[in-house]
Amino acid sequence: MTATAEASTPAGEVPSFEVTLRIRRMNPEGTSEHGAGEEYWEEFRIQAHATDRVLDALHKVKWDVDGSLAFRRSCAHGVCGSDAMRINARNRLACKTLLKDLNPAKPILIEPIKGLPVEKDLIVDMEPFFASYREIMPFLMTSGPAPERERLQTPAERERYDDTTKCIMCAACTSACPVFWTDGQFFGPQAIVGAHRFIFDSRDEGQWDRLEILNDKAGVWKCRTAFNCTEACPRGIEVTKAISEVKKALNTGEI
Amino acid sequence: MMTAPQLSAPHERIRTGRMRHNAERWSWMFMRISGAILMLLIFTHLIVNLVLGEGVSQIDFAFVAGKWAAWYWQVADFLMLVLALIHGGNGMRLLINDYAHRTTTRKVLHSVLGVAVVAVIVLGSLVIWTFDPCPVDADPSLLPGFCASVAG
Repeated sequence: MTATAEASTPAGEVPSFEVTLRIRRMNPEGTSEHGAGEEYWEEFRIQAHATDRVLDALHKVKWDVDGSLAFRRSCAHGVCGSDAMRINARNRLACKTLLKDLNPAKPILIEPIKGLPVEKDLIVDMEPFFASYREIMPFLMTSGPAPERERLQTPAERERYDDTTKCIMCAACTSACPVFWTDGQFFGPQAIVGAHRFIFDSRDEGQWDRLEILNDKAGVWKCRTAFNCTEACPRGIEVTKAISEVKKALNTGEI
Repeated sequence: MMTAPQLSAPHERIRTGRMRHNAERWSWMFMRISGAILMLLIFTHLIVNLVLGEGVSQIDFAFVAGKWAAWYWQVADFLMLVLALIHGGNGMRLLINDYAHRTTTRKVLHSVLGVAVVAVIVLGSLVIWTFDPCPVDADPSLLPGFCASVAG
């Protein structure tokens, strides 16, 4: 907290303020004012604390103002990856974005993530996203009999793919990708991150199967290095770098 | 004793128009390499034509004719023409793939693009390689200096 904010309120009290949420809404069954499937903006004015996140504000709306507001959330601590949404035109996790960091003086725009079909309000159909992930075969592929004990690797070998193990599959990167918006054929950044995690794992033997899939028309070559994914990732994964490493492996034939 | 569940291979991937092996990889490689070469060619072109000598005012028929009388300028301009058109054409192809979702639309746009690229390359090559710097019956004051000796 800043010193000025603490100075203006009694000790121990968290400063509170009013914020306006402008939420992009859609009800597939329609409401009294809006037709079925019609998309529209709705504003809510609520009282919030400086410690509140966007998710807390959404809860306040849903629990106290309009129970029909639909959004996903589970752990509320930035781990489950359920509540990715477009907040002030940037993909973020609602549970990791503090209201006070968003200029509460202005309305805060909240939209569903782009490029995936909206089911209701902030809920999108994640199936195309998961289908891409399944295509890169996100499981350990080995040959020979399973060892009696765990498969060992050196800390350096583990370090090689550490960054891409952080993915929580929130779809913030994929739904920030301009190529993914235009073309449903593109795997999207997340699937490439998921593949990277196995391709550069010393214990895995399926790297060339995965690279072959990513060499396809819909694969890594559709990436135009816009860096939107790296900027969007709430886990700080260097997504564009991971994609470039996959491209390099395909170009050099070395992993 | 419990055994680990066996994961069978996932179902056959559904793909529309699977590319020939590595085609998209070569396309990507071409874009990087031709882009770098084009930067060099274009900046050389701009500096030689617009900065060196008398600048923009020096460009007239004689200036162009004088350049194309040398084989290396012909090669440089031909390379710039071909690379720029294939580079740009390939970029347009990728955009068409992105935005044209219907197969027929995509095919039509791809054909139009291909015809345009080939036509401009052919016409441009003809100009560069069959260019006559000293056309007969032309005003000698407009021709490059060396034409006097050729005509004489």
